[in-house]
Amino acid sequence: MSVEELIKAAGIHEAVNDKNTGRLIINRDKVVDSNVIPGLVIDAKEIKDGVDINFILKENTIIENPVHLCFGVTDKEAIQKIIMNVDIRKNSKISLIAHCVFPNAVDVKHIMDAKVKIGKGSKYSYFERHIHNEEGGIVVIPKAYIDLEENSRFKTEFELLRGRVGTINIDYEITCGKASVMEMTTRINGRGNDYINIKESGNLVGERSRGVLTSKIAVRQNAKANIFNRMIATGDYARGHVDCKEIIQDNAVAKAIPIVEVRNPKARITHEASIGSVDSKQLQTLMSRGLSEDESVELIISGLLS
Amino acid sequence: MEILEISNLSLSINGSHILNNLSVKFEKGLVHAVVGPNGAGKTTLGFAVMGIEGYTEYTGDILYKGESLASMNIYERAKKGITLAWQEPARFEGLTVENFIKSSIKNKGRDVVEDALEKVGMNPDEYMLRAVDKGLSGGERKKIELASILAMETELVILDEPDSGIDVASLQNIFSAIKFLKSNGSTVILITHSLEVLKRAEHAFLLCHGTIIAEGSINKISKYFGGKCIPCDHKNIPEE
Repeated sequence: MSVEELIKAAGIHEAVNDKNTGRLIINRDKVVDSNVIPGLVIDAKEIKDGVDINFILKENTIIENPVHLCFGVTDKEAIQKIIMNVDIRKNSKISLIAHCVFPNAVDVKHIMDAKVKIGKGSKYSYFERHIHNEEGGIVVIPKAYIDLEENSRFKTEFELLRGRVGTINIDYEITCGKASVMEMTTRINGRGNDYINIKESGNLVGERSRGVLTSKIAVRQNAKANIFNRMIATGDYARGHVDCKEIIQDNAVAKAIPIVEVRNPKARITHEASIGSVDSKQLQTLMSRGLSEDESVELIISGLLS
Repeated sequence: MEILEISNLSLSINGSHILNNLSVKFEKGLVHAVVGPNGAGKTTLGFAVMGIEGYTEYTGDILYKGESLASMNIYERAKKGITLAWQEPARFEGLTVENFIKSSIKNKGRDVVEDALEKVGMNPDEYMLRAVDKGLSGGERKKIELASILAMETELVILDEPDSGIDVASLQNIFSAIKFLKSNGSTVILITHSLEVLKRAEHAFLLCHGTIIAEGSINKISKYFGGKCIPCDHKNIPEE
């Protein structure tokens, strides 16, 4: 029953029924379903309070359909620890969609500890979508270290727009090798007494490496958000950009602490940040179309976080 | 019959008198133009009617269908049937053209959005899913804003400098849209300093230093505006 609940909440019926689509479904500390496709090795061991996963994509493997991961907890109270070692070997390509679903959480802690290595010439995309309930009784602690080898590409998006955030503490660090490219985007919608703490760090070590860190956060009511974005460029002709946008309403508090550090005169990093209420012109434009102030704010925030 | 009647309207911004005891009546169903040089108070007049923040502390009164707008905010004025297109439209990060236009027509379908875009010369297939942000030019955003107003089918439409940022080819789309608004029963107020735009109106007012100094046919106002007003440096004392 709990598996069906997870699949329904994650909206992955099609992926579950398609034998050509890779998947791994975990409820709390149990692997409840998986489908491994050629070129992919998934070794998932159940450990105390979680699962330890070795995820390998073999050399020269191109997987066209996204592979679905579901990390869920259907219990009200639980600790879930996911340890992931991802090894994307050279000249390969894969896209993962991770559904982190906690429909009944009252006191749940979800901890992710990932190490990701993207081999030479490979492309790896990781989209993590969280679906929480309205209780806010969840603590999410994702931590990842990502290493990009020459000419590889890494793109990740973290989205938490449905349900209350609870507490989230993201800590990602990426190191980019020669001519590699990384894009990291975080979109979170906080309210109530949600607490959002994001620490993202990009190290543009390799010559001609490129990176973009983007944070789009909305906080309302009594929610708080702290965004620490750090980008360091040391490689020749490295290029980076840090973009942080935060909308606050009511008694919410948002803080952005960007650090851009360039240690090579041939490198360059740009930065832009905005924190504040909804733009007055946007608001008044929508109100002049017959939307109430609340409807206008909602639409503006949904656009920013889309 | 007047749809909008403004009497003795005075409005100051940061200590400067922008509108000075201005009185004017706009007849229902016509395309009006309010012309005047830069700084005459045209946009301020439009903002005061719409109730834009910073433009509501005025003396005098603005009556819409006989009802004072003084206590109404923008939303309430829009609900009554008033809307405004800005000279420089806002950017909305991430908000698609489709959702932007849909927001103003709540219960109408996608076909209304497509139709409105086509009326301003935009291909729906090309634009529906694009964001109304810096990826679009000012002219494109201007046409999208106009499309959202066409879709609204509202009664009083204020267009602030509708030709600003619009290329020559697209100008005809703007003029067609004005015609459509008229044919659909809307009253249109064109705020402009362009003689080309003025020609699209049926009745015009000349505004100078916050006061209406002349009104009448397009020919009359066009001659006055083009012949005397534009080269004038008299600081609001019109020559006869």
